Amino acid sequence: MAKWSDFFGGFRLTLQHLARPAVTSSYPKVKRAKQPRQHGRHVLNRYEDGMEKCIGCELCAGVCPVGCIRVRGLDNPVDHPVSPGERYGFVYEINYLRCIHCDLCVEACPTQAITESKLFEFSFTNRADAIYTKAELLVDDQGFPQRLPWEDWRSGEAEMTGGWMRATSPSGDADFEGITQWSGDLGFGVRAAEGGQSGQRDDEATGSKSIRHEFAPHLSSQDKLAEDRGLAPVLRKLQEQSERLKPKGTK
Amino acid sequence: MNLATVDPLLSNATTWIIILIVLIKVVVGFGVIMTSVILMIWFERKAISDMQSRIGPERWGPFGILQTLADGIKLFFKEDIVPTEADRFVFKLAPYLALVPAIITFGIVPLGGTVTIAGYPIQLQVANPPMGILVMLAMSGISVYGVMLAGWASGSKYPLMSSVRASAQMISYEAALGLTIVTVVLITGSLSTHDIVTAQSQGVWHWNLIRLGLVPFAIYLIAITAELNRPPFDVVEAESELVGGFHTEYSSLRFALFFLSEFMNTITQSAIIVTLFFGGPAGYVPNIPHLHWVFPIMWMVGKTVFFAFCYIWFRAALPRFRYDQVMDLGWKRLIPLSLGWLLVVAGFMINRAWGIGTLGVVILAGVVLARSFTIGGERATKSAILPTVAQRPWPGAIIHSMMEPKLEAEEE
Repeated sequence: MAKWSDFFGGFRLTLQHLARPAVTSSYPKVKRAKQPRQHGRHVLNRYEDGMEKCIGCELCAGVCPVGCIRVRGLDNPVDHPVSPGERYGFVYEINYLRCIHCDLCVEACPTQAITESKLFEFSFTNRADAIYTKAELLVDDQGFPQRLPWEDWRSGEAEMTGGWMRATSPSGDADFEGITQWSGDLGFGVRAAEGGQSGQRDDEATGSKSIRHEFAPHLSSQDKLAEDRGLAPVLRKLQEQSERLKPKGTK
Repeated sequence: MNLATVDPLLSNATTWIIILIVLIKVVVGFGVIMTSVILMIWFERKAISDMQSRIGPERWGPFGILQTLADGIKLFFKEDIVPTEADRFVFKLAPYLALVPAIITFGIVPLGGTVTIAGYPIQLQVANPPMGILVMLAMSGISVYGVMLAGWASGSKYPLMSSVRASAQMISYEAALGLTIVTVVLITGSLSTHDIVTAQSQGVWHWNLIRLGLVPFAIYLIAITAELNRPPFDVVEAESELVGGFHTEYSSLRFALFFLSEFMNTITQSAIIVTLFFGGPAGYVPNIPHLHWVFPIMWMVGKTVFFAFCYIWFRAALPRFRYDQVMDLGWKRLIPLSLGWLLVVAGFMINRAWGIGTLGVVILAGVVLARSFTIGGERATKSAILPTVAQRPWPGAIIHSMMEPKLEAEEE
C-alpha cells in the first residue's frame, strides 16, 4: 500500500538527480571507456620479430557464421618467409557489411593471428571500402592497427586487442586462468591476462578500465563495488587529478 | 470607469509622445516575451535533462543556450504541409489563434513599479486595462479555440480526439480558475493587475498566498497546469496515445507557432501566479540611488523563474493522469473546493462570526458531497457495461470458444 508521502518521492528523486553527474557523455566529442572484452574491428597480429602469425589455415573462414571472411593460403617463399612455418595467409579479406562481430574467428584461430580491437565506429561510404584486405587488417610496424580515414580511433581502443581471449581458460580448465598461453605480439611482447571467472584482475597490466566506476553514482548502494562506497571514489578522483597535473615523464 | 483611472500616463490629453511611449512599451514587451521564450525552452530542456541525468543541449552557444534558435531556423526552412483532408482556412488560422492570446496575456503582467521618465509616469507593464485579470481569462478562453480548431481542421483522427480532450479539459478547469481569481479580486477590491500587486506590496504577510490561505494558490497552480496542457495534465498531447496531439499534422513554421505559444503561456502563467499570490514585483529594495526600479524587476523575474522551474519539476516527477482522472479532479475536487473557499473568504470579509459560520457550512457541505461521490461512484461501477480491467475475467475461455470451432473444422 502506497503511503501518502510517497507522492513527494518523485519530486525528491528528481531533485537528487539534479546534483548527480550525467550518465550520458557528449558522444562524438567524448567517448566512454570501452569494455575490456569489446568486440570491434579485427586486426591481424604479428610476432615480436615482425613475422605474420597467420598461417592461412582457413579455420576462421570455415567457422564464420555469416561467411564474411575469405582466406587463401600459400607456401612460404624459401628465401624470405612471411610467417614461421610452412604456409602463410596470401589473401585475407573481411567483408564488414556482413560481419556480426561474434568473435568465433578469434576463438578458432590456432595462432592468435586474428583478434579484435575495440573500435566499432568506422563509417565507410562505399561497398569497396567495406571489404578490408590484408593490407588494411595487418598491424603496422609498431604493432598498432592501421588507422583508415573513415575510422574514429581514440585512446584505449587499439591497445588491448582481443582482451577477452586472453582471459578464458582453455577447455574450461579453471586452473589455466591467468596463465599465459599465447605468443608475444609485435610492439607489446607477451600481453597480460585479463581477469576471468576467479575475479582476479590486474587492471594496470592489461590497461582495462571498469566502467562501473563511472556509473557508481547512479547505482544503488548494494550494487556498488566496495571501492566505490564512502569516501574512496572522492579520494581516487583527487589522486587522478593530481596525476594529471604532474608534468609528463616524471612518473 | 475609463483607462485614465488606472494608468496615470493616459490621464492627460493624448499627445504624440504618449502614443510613442505606448508603442515603445509594446515593442519592448514583445521583445521581452520572445527572448524569454527562447530562454525558457532552453531552461526546460536543460533542467529536465539534468533531472534525468542526461546532458541535454550543449552544441550551440555556451551551455547550448542557442539551441532554440537553431531549432527555430530548422523549422523555418522545413516544408510547410497542409493535408489534403484539412480545412485549409481554419488549419492555417489555428496557430495564430493560439499565439495571439498568449502574447496579449503577457501585456497585463506588471513587471515592475512605476517609473517617471521626463515627467511621464510609466508603468512597467504593456497595458493596465481596468478589466485587468479578466483579459487573462478571456484570452485563455480564446486559446482553447486555437487548440480545438487545429485538431478539428487537420482532417485526421488523432488530432480530432486531442481537440475534443482539449476543449473539455480547458473549459472544465477554467471554472476552478475563475473562482480562485474571484477570491483574489474580492480581497483586493479591483480587477486591475497593477492594483492587485500594489495591495500586496507591504510585505510578505500581505501576499495573497497567506492572506487567502494556501488553498486558492494550490487550486490555481493545479488548474493552470491543466489549462496549459502541461504534464501531468498533458492528455491533450499524450505522445503514447495520440501521436503528437492536436499538432500532429502541423509542420514547419505553423508547428513552431504552437510550440512558441505553449512556452509563452507557461512563462506568462508563472508570472500571473506571482502577480496574484506572491506580490508580483514586491520584495526588498535596497537604498541605492537611481537603481530603485531595477530591484522590483529582478524580484519579478526571480519569482517567475521559480514557478517556471516548478512546471519543469512537475513534468520530471509526475506521471500523466488518465483522462477520466483529469475530469474527476477538475469537477469533483477543484470546483467544489474553490467555490467553498470563495464563500469562506467572502464570509471572513464581513466579520469573523460570518466567516466561521460559512466555514462550518462549507465543511458540512464538503462531507455531504464526498459521501455522495462515494455512493454515486459505487453505483456507477455496478451498472457499468464493462467491468473495470482488473475485475474482468481472464479472456482464456473466450479465446477457447473462438478457437474450438476452427479446430473442428480443420479435423473435418
